[in-house]
Amino acid sequence: MNIPSDLKYAKSHEWVRQEGDSYVIGVTDFAQNELGDIVFVNLPQEGDSVSVGDAFSDVESVKAVSDVLSPVSGVVEAVNEELLDDPAKVNSDPYGAWFIKVKDVSETEELLDAAAYEAHCAAEKE
Amino acid sequence: MSSYLCSTPEERQAMVESLGLKSMDDLYADVPAEVMIHGPLDLPAPKSELEISRTMESLAKHNTRFRTILRGAGAERHYIPSAVTQICRNEIFVTAYTPYQAEVSQGILQSIFEYQTMICELTGMDVSNASVYDGGTAAAEATAMCRDRKRSKVLVSETVHPDALSVIKTYSFGSNTEVIVVPSKDGVTDKEALKSLLADDSACFYVQQPNFYGQLEDCDELGEIVHAAGAKYIIGSNPATLGVLKSQREYGADIAVGEAQPLGMPLAWGGPYLGYMACTTAMMRKLPGRIVGETTDDKGERAFVLTMQAREQHIRREKASSNICSNQALCALTASVYLAEMGPVGLAEVGDQCYAKAHYLASELCKIDGIELVHPGEFFHEFVTTLPEADRVLCFLEQKGILGGLPVKEGVLWCVTEYCTKADLDEAVAVIKEAYGK
Amino acid sequence: MKTIFELSKPGRGNKVLTPYKTTVGLDPTKEVPKADIPASFKRASAPRLPEVSENDLSRHYNALARRSFGVCDGFYPLGSCTMKYNPKVNESIAALSGFTDIHPLQPKHTVSGCETVYSLARKYLCGITGMDDMTFQPAAGAHGEFTGVLLIKAYHESRGDHARKKIIVPDSAHGTNPATAAMCGFEVCSITSTADGMVDLDALRAVVGPDTAGLMLTNPNTVGKFDKNILEITKIVHDAGGLCYYDGANLNAVMGVARPGDMGFDVCHLNLHKTFSTPHGGGGPGSGAVGCKEILKPFLPASTLGEEPSAQSIGQVKMFYGNFLVVLRAVAYLMTLGNSGVREAAQTAVLNANYMKKKMEEAGYIAAYPGICMHEFVLDLAELKKETGVSALDVAKSMLDHGIHPPTMYFPLIVHEALMFEPTETESRETLDEACAVMAEILKTAKEDPAACHAAPHHTVIGRPDETKAARHPVVRYEFGA
Repeated sequence: MNIPSDLKYAKSHEWVRQEGDSYVIGVTDFAQNELGDIVFVNLPQEGDSVSVGDAFSDVESVKAVSDVLSPVSGVVEAVNEELLDDPAKVNSDPYGAWFIKVKDVSETEELLDAAAYEAHCAAEKE
Repeated sequence: MSSYLCSTPEERQAMVESLGLKSMDDLYADVPAEVMIHGPLDLPAPKSELEISRTMESLAKHNTRFRTILRGAGAERHYIPSAVTQICRNEIFVTAYTPYQAEVSQGILQSIFEYQTMICELTGMDVSNASVYDGGTAAAEATAMCRDRKRSKVLVSETVHPDALSVIKTYSFGSNTEVIVVPSKDGVTDKEALKSLLADDSACFYVQQPNFYGQLEDCDELGEIVHAAGAKYIIGSNPATLGVLKSQREYGADIAVGEAQPLGMPLAWGGPYLGYMACTTAMMRKLPGRIVGETTDDKGERAFVLTMQAREQHIRREKASSNICSNQALCALTASVYLAEMGPVGLAEVGDQCYAKAHYLASELCKIDGIELVHPGEFFHEFVTTLPEADRVLCFLEQKGILGGLPVKEGVLWCVTEYCTKADLDEAVAVIKEAYGK
Repeated sequence: MKTIFELSKPGRGNKVLTPYKTTVGLDPTKEVPKADIPASFKRASAPRLPEVSENDLSRHYNALARRSFGVCDGFYPLGSCTMKYNPKVNESIAALSGFTDIHPLQPKHTVSGCETVYSLARKYLCGITGMDDMTFQPAAGAHGEFTGVLLIKAYHESRGDHARKKIIVPDSAHGTNPATAAMCGFEVCSITSTADGMVDLDALRAVVGPDTAGLMLTNPNTVGKFDKNILEITKIVHDAGGLCYYDGANLNAVMGVARPGDMGFDVCHLNLHKTFSTPHGGGGPGSGAVGCKEILKPFLPASTLGEEPSAQSIGQVKMFYGNFLVVLRAVAYLMTLGNSGVREAAQTAVLNANYMKKKMEEAGYIAAYPGICMHEFVLDLAELKKETGVSALDVAKSMLDHGIHPPTMYFPLIVHEALMFEPTETESRETLDEACAVMAEILKTAKEDPAACHAAPHHTVIGRPDETKAARHPVVRYEFGA
């Protein structure tokens, strides 16, 4: 399982990368593996507000749909529209397949570093 | 012994005993005594097949079948080709269920895929679902596709079918959505009123073409007005007109809906009918209901499956956009067989004849003193006239085996399809003249 | 197999109608004058509908029928769908022109036959459900749920009780229940089930209150058990001021035995296409008749053109009066069964399910809920999957090779490797024995040669389809070549 050390992680399996004042968010390798073949990603619109712990997106596999929760509160600055045409990228390159970029961040949940997240995943697998 | 059971009472008793029980009643040990039915049901004694047939034939005779029907208003008597009736009676199509198991349901799935394609061709849209209950619910579901947090209000033209408007209002009562009825002028949507009623919170506008009064709306301009306000545009069309009339897409519609009963389904006192729904690719993921898609099987052969299921209630539960979990498959099959039997030439002929025969009846009726067209605009195969002493005249027609137009607030709404001959129309006109003592 | 569009050749077709323009000049007494549709309303190009001979059409659709599976083809124990035999006489009756050729807006005195059919249906079905009135407008079960829950909404609003925003739904419920509640503007409150699949009374008591609009429940529930606490359940909801909705999905187990009205339900829907034997038609049309108690009667839907809706009516849920020909078949069915046959059918459905369940357990399958079941039962294949890697899906696909339609898979959601069997009453002991023998054989294969199960089906017209590809890149219509 791939857990890059330069990223932060939410317990609900989203990764976060800080770029200046903005936060880029996607789902982890662990998450994509659990979800199976992803067939569609519902994304918010630029300018939408997101809040810590609330769903900002959902991902569809053939027989399931799962919410993606926001680890930060702020305003959506950009969405990765490439995922609309190529949802499989979430499976093949989870850390390249970012979902949204958030600006004006007022709050972030307590994020884990790679080691802590790896332990969290291991515990969840039990 | 006429309950269609496949076992004898003795066999059943043996099966009960094989379970270690004494009687059938033991199977219901969990049902509290207070809710068990004691004593006989309030139903008649069982009847034989012959008795049932006679009873039902007698009931059918209590209905009046009209030789000539000049009434439409959402249900039309068109000619149903024999191939349609015979093919759709196939016992496998009749007794199958939703094609959950694709490997043994390729036929049903392919028939739906072909239906979707035909609906896309008629409407000019990109994507069709596998159908919904009827034209009214199709319109209501379409309005729900357009709502979001910012745009929540639904605008509907006053000229749509009153039952469809009522269905939209009922669905909107459910979702706490405000419905704004756009008034009409001379039997068509009042464009100025539409402009003034559209606002930043308007989700969509629904209009019917031809409308309830048979009038042809200026759907080009209506579309421009609606899109200029940033709302979605929904057009409901009778598919029997779409062999000749502009498709919804040509008018710029985002969603096309309609009642497809005219495509091979009998009047049947109002149902079962067929609602079709199609939309642009941009709105595809919001389309409710079943959708069939093409793919390949594990050997690379062409295969069809129910697809994009993660939109639906069995996966999304309370977050699904609709609770619908079926389609009118047998009716969709009927429409497909009808369209394939008629072909583009046959469907255009239906449209041409509806138009020509309706215009002939209108002109003959208007030769009678006191009868005139109520609306000034172009109409297709339905139209409203004045009709002095309407009740008496319609009754007189009825006695001659003719179902005249439908009394509406503005007059009488007539409908003529290809089913009527010139002689039928001439007879109706003669009977009306007779009623007036002319 | 080719699509019908690939059979099409320009110029082919059928002479259903005489082109009227070709006869106009010839005999003006026979044809109406030529009339041209104004150009601004005409479409630019003809729709690309198929152009095929009638023979090709006939063969195409027969080929499609052969690639489908109906109740007429074999055992169809699809749980929760009640795939019973569909009597032929009902089809003949529904084809009588005295029913098919009747306009919905004919004057009342010309449709007394149709009205009698509805009044008989109302009488019979109110008797079976213990309800006071019934509407036939809803076209399907989910549509009935929508109608019934709207009645509940209208009832509370009519009393000025606007605080009731929640509908309680057990976690074992069919997806339409929460989806319906949401469509009706309610918040969904999901409650857990007990280990034996019943409503958890404490969980229910904990969530009811002044914001409770109602409860949606099937009984027997979705695991095939009759909830013996039903009177207590409906009382808890009523005491909190809520109403109780009965989802009639599973009425086949108890029709003629126990009535939802007597269990404390205020409103219910019936799936006439399941319980009352009208055919499923590949997915519809059906009928989701809704019955209600006196208190909800003022809110029932009515047609604006054909009837006089009451001032408090929720309005219409469908054009006209519903799927008349489906209701007609249900009436014919009820007349055939009569006062003794309805209960006999229910009892036999329950008997067949228990007989099959016991044989499956003897063969080595594990029932998700032990003990007597109602008309359906759930197998839990989690152990098998752990042991052999063979999943519920693999078992279902293996059944296809034996000419049996698989049961419902992966429902209810609270059982992870679920297969739900509903044999119905119209199957013989021999059919049940054969099906159980097939299941035993599949179990043996699963243990000895799991790869064979993974690769099933082997003898169907296609193998397992690639559903991921279908969903990622939807091809939902035939694309014409250049």
